[in-house]
Amino acid sequence: MYPVARPRVGRARKFLRRRSTVAFLMCLPLILLIGLLVVYPTIYAIYLAMLNKRMTRFVGLSNFTFLLSRSTFHLVIFQSCLFAISAVIAKALIGFVLAHLMHNIPNKRQRILRGLLLIPWVVPLALSTLGWWWLFDPSYSAFNWLLGGIGLGPIPWLGSTGWARFCMILVNTWYGSPFFMIMYLAALKSVPEQLFEAAAIDGAGTWQKLRYVTLPMMRNVISITVLFSLIVTFADFTIVRILTAGGPQDTTHIFATYAFEVGIQSGDVPMGATVSLFMLPILAVASFFILRGVARRSREMDA
Amino acid sequence: MTSASQEALAGLPVARRRLRSLSRQRRWALWGSYAALAVFVVMFLVPPFHMLVTSFKTSGEISEQKVSPWFVAHPTLSNYVELLHDAHFLGFFYNSAKVTVCVVGLSMAISIFAAFGLARMRFFGSGVLATGVFLTYLIPDSLLFIPFFQIIGKLGLINNAWGMVIVYPTLAVPFCTWIMIGYFASIPKELDEAALIDGASWLQILFRVFIPVAMPGIIAATIFAFTVSWGQFIYPLAYLYSSDQMVLTVGIISDLIRADVFQWGKIMAGSLMAAAPPVLIYAFLMDYYVAGLTAGATKG
Repeated sequence: MYPVARPRVGRARKFLRRRSTVAFLMCLPLILLIGLLVVYPTIYAIYLAMLNKRMTRFVGLSNFTFLLSRSTFHLVIFQSCLFAISAVIAKALIGFVLAHLMHNIPNKRQRILRGLLLIPWVVPLALSTLGWWWLFDPSYSAFNWLLGGIGLGPIPWLGSTGWARFCMILVNTWYGSPFFMIMYLAALKSVPEQLFEAAAIDGAGTWQKLRYVTLPMMRNVISITVLFSLIVTFADFTIVRILTAGGPQDTTHIFATYAFEVGIQSGDVPMGATVSLFMLPILAVASFFILRGVARRSREMDA
Repeated sequence: MTSASQEALAGLPVARRRLRSLSRQRRWALWGSYAALAVFVVMFLVPPFHMLVTSFKTSGEISEQKVSPWFVAHPTLSNYVELLHDAHFLGFFYNSAKVTVCVVGLSMAISIFAAFGLARMRFFGSGVLATGVFLTYLIPDSLLFIPFFQIIGKLGLINNAWGMVIVYPTLAVPFCTWIMIGYFASIPKELDEAALIDGASWLQILFRVFIPVAMPGIIAATIFAFTVSWGQFIYPLAYLYSSDQMVLTVGIISDLIRADVFQWGKIMAGSLMAAAPPVLIYAFLMDYYVAGLTAGATKG
């Protein structure tokens, strides 16, 4: 009786009940979001980058060539790479050390220490950077007070280019190391204990265990975490904006802060878009490697 | 070690002696690790501690510089009390809460439905979409803020906190979807097959089976969405400029710094109060927080 009873209404309803239709409808908000709020703005940014300052005329790639001829922009490229690479290396090393130290102590004591060590990652960056800014204050710096106690002169933390660069890297390392620690700790816990025992029976020392057991087992997690962090650090805005806003004399700008200054503060939207688009190549390369790593890992997991 | 115990040790068979030296090595490694971790904890907590100390000081005590900047001679709560009576500051709090609640609700709704579709069913282009979600996660806010400036301007939402509700989901949705796909995919297929045979619709399966079972994942994703939208900085800095529309992250800087007068005590008190909601959530739900952090990279 059932199929005969509703001849035509059934077909529409059947279509709506089909798995793929249901799935598509469920994903529709996501598709709209990605399309309208990520893909469209990215393409729009490329279009904007090809307009003149008043956005009246199409100028092709001349914004890009103009920027590449400016020494300020060379400094921005250099500074972005220096900032991202040294901060990521520092974070990866400190995170690695922390994860190993943490792995040495019994599980139930890890909780409280992990809780305390993650605090830099939990406090919103814009707010904790304010705290750092205050620590680096030219006249009231609490660091300089400590240094004065042992007879060292006041350091112009954010006043000179070299120290300002150091401070930015320091704050980013402080903020990001806990994340690395958590990722590495999770990876360390998944290394079977028997491997270490087998290595110990074969007479491997601490260093050899690290070199031949730990590092190969963690290789995937390390590479994915480093690439992720490279992208995020490269695109950082908050730390530099709050600490120096690019100063002194535009020597500490990175892509995002320079794009903000040019595009929003000076009102040259096309040039700002051009600056930020220079991030795309490196983001694309890093994403390619991450995707490859993820794909390889899921293949290994399926196998 | 005393000579008596050394003699006792010499009497032991070699194997046991080695065992004991091994356990001594272990103990040293243990105490060394504790000591090193304690040093790291102290270093990591220097800035929050200094913020806390400063927040208890009056502007007078800060500028006098008589006592060490690391201690407070006459602790006072006046900074906190004044801020809590400051209509602007309360307004920032309200705006932050308003924007965050809307964004979290919106993001979770979008990502739970999408993750369910992507984890359990196939349709034309679903594989591409899953990769697309991942790639979106890699496009940073510092690249999107310039085109958004134009788009939001055209929509007439510049200097309007509601504009943030439109742009914030780009930060939270991709990662939340990614986490939820991982959690949903780990639910055994037998469960939804059994429900289908019992005549449940897809929506019923989602709400009666998947959401209850994947609750830890949903909590982790919600915490992530909350943290991200509460702490977002570049969008509000670029699009909001009047005090009645600002959110906490930018309001503290622009409202408490007037004409080069830095009210440091108040800035620190305000920052700590603004940081309180995410820190409290973290304190009570640390395990979910950590699970969400690692799920993004390990489930995939």
